[in-house]
Amino acid sequence: MNRLAYNKLVDRFFKLAALAATIVGLVFLFTLVWDIAHDGAGRISWSFLTSFPSRRPERAGILSALVGTIWIMGLTAVFAFPIGVGAGVYLEEYTKKKNLITRLIEINIANLAGVPSIIYGLLGLGIFVRALSLERSLLTGALTLTLLILPIIIISTREALKAVPFSIREASYALGATRWQTTYRQVLPVALPGILTGTILALSRAIGETAPLITIGALTYIAFLPESVFDPFTVLPIQIFNWVSRPQKGFAVNAAAAIIVLLVLTLILNSIAIYLRHRFQRRIRW
Amino acid sequence: MKSFLDRRSRQRIFERGIHAALLLCASLSIFTTIGIILALFFETFDFFKEVSIIEFLTDTQWTPLFVDKHFGILSLVAGTFIVSLIAMCVAIPLGILCAIYLSEYSSPRFREVVKPILEVLAGIPTVVYGYFALLFVTPLLKSFIPGLSGFNALSPGIVMGIMILPMVSSMSEDAMHAVPSSLREGAYALGATRFQVATKVVVPAALSGIMSSFVLAVSRAVGETMIVTIAAGQQPRFSLNPLVPIETITAYIVQVSLGDTPAGTIEHKTIFAAGMTLFIFTLALNLISNWLKERFREEYR
Repeated sequence: MNRLAYNKLVDRFFKLAALAATIVGLVFLFTLVWDIAHDGAGRISWSFLTSFPSRRPERAGILSALVGTIWIMGLTAVFAFPIGVGAGVYLEEYTKKKNLITRLIEINIANLAGVPSIIYGLLGLGIFVRALSLERSLLTGALTLTLLILPIIIISTREALKAVPFSIREASYALGATRWQTTYRQVLPVALPGILTGTILALSRAIGETAPLITIGALTYIAFLPESVFDPFTVLPIQIFNWVSRPQKGFAVNAAAAIIVLLVLTLILNSIAIYLRHRFQRRIRW
Repeated sequence: MKSFLDRRSRQRIFERGIHAALLLCASLSIFTTIGIILALFFETFDFFKEVSIIEFLTDTQWTPLFVDKHFGILSLVAGTFIVSLIAMCVAIPLGILCAIYLSEYSSPRFREVVKPILEVLAGIPTVVYGYFALLFVTPLLKSFIPGLSGFNALSPGIVMGIMILPMVSSMSEDAMHAVPSSLREGAYALGATRFQVATKVVVPAALSGIMSSFVLAVSRAVGETMIVTIAAGQQPRFSLNPLVPIETITAYIVQVSLGDTPAGTIEHKTIFAAGMTLFIFTLALNLISNWLKERFREEYR
């Protein structure tokens, strides 16, 4: 075999290997979804969604976990959105030159994005549970997750703001608008879909977080619904974890069914984000 | 007084207020870092008043919850190490092959369809992977490896590797994408095949970007919690045997958090000492990864 034919053979073989590697991930994903659907789909019913957890797997449901997840998501969004956008706006619109402080904040945000989530749990335990005595409440959980997802929101806010052409700002300044008027009335409305997309993706990460909430002491068994932000809570991932750790087969089925609910919620959040991104790309043209 | 209330002054005060509020939002990230360091430091400091740092770093047993207490972090580090190593053995070869395929071989349409699907893998909650590792992958592996325990490092390691795969492939692909196409064209003009272009031109040129993705992937694996908590067991063990139950640093923190260990006891302080160890590891890895990324960016400015 001559050199050229050999090289072509190697190339073809390598292409197949690389394609196979790409397909491994896809096969894994489909197996995972199929396995969970197979295990849990039959268990989903109205009573599963509206019952409290129980010692008997066939009677148990996810009501308290589902309500807890909705509470936590709502509170986290309320805290994280304004703070994250504010920080992004400051770093992108209010700092002309890169001084020491903004450099420091930037490096810091990049590093915070890489801190394992369980460390945020220890932070929440030290600051919110102990120092501020908020106990293992919804408020503690939401504040902890807020700190966890802030770097993601800040980074995506900055990306969205960067995409707004500079001429828009200059036109606004030329008409005598102040910096905040320019930011609030011109730049933010245009960047909003991008910012919302980033925020929703951050929330879809928060909805699946388990470790930091376990670390701050969220309960694994709750048979009542929280009435205020100072009440204890549980969330879907913790309920799933609790059921997975039990030896009885019935609880594994419950876990699979709860996973389906969790994945559907995550999917809904992601679809909203994709829709917004799509709309954003279409509508605005300069 | 009237001049104070005129429109421009009011506006100026309002602008200043906004500026201060925004600065406060941005500096919250600094406070978060300080908070993390303080929260970990105080309890860790207390911990080392009772346990010598030598014992912590050299003892090979970790039994703070038993009567005969040993505080050797090495057994948790060994557990973390073996799971991360297995995850990397899965994620690095698959990730780099995947990145090469998507960047150098595939049609744009194939990439547009496959890339988002792969990224779904990174968005699935980790507790779901834990379920899958324990109840699907472990039983499957048991049919090949008879000596495998119900809890082991192998199964969560493999699953974690697949979870990290999109991160490695996506970041490596970005790095390869940033390599100027003139380099590729030069090689093609000399008669190189795609394989030769990919392995001899593109990968070496994008190397620091690719390495940066590997290091970040290691950091993610070291800090990953739920998969190992569910599927790897709770037996700290100073061994690198992937077939037996082990415990990672993260799984230990969860184990103690779930129990009713009262705050202030030495048992409870161990989670902060373990957390500090984890924080130092991941911080070092993230800094190395960022450094590599910056270096790569400078090469192709």
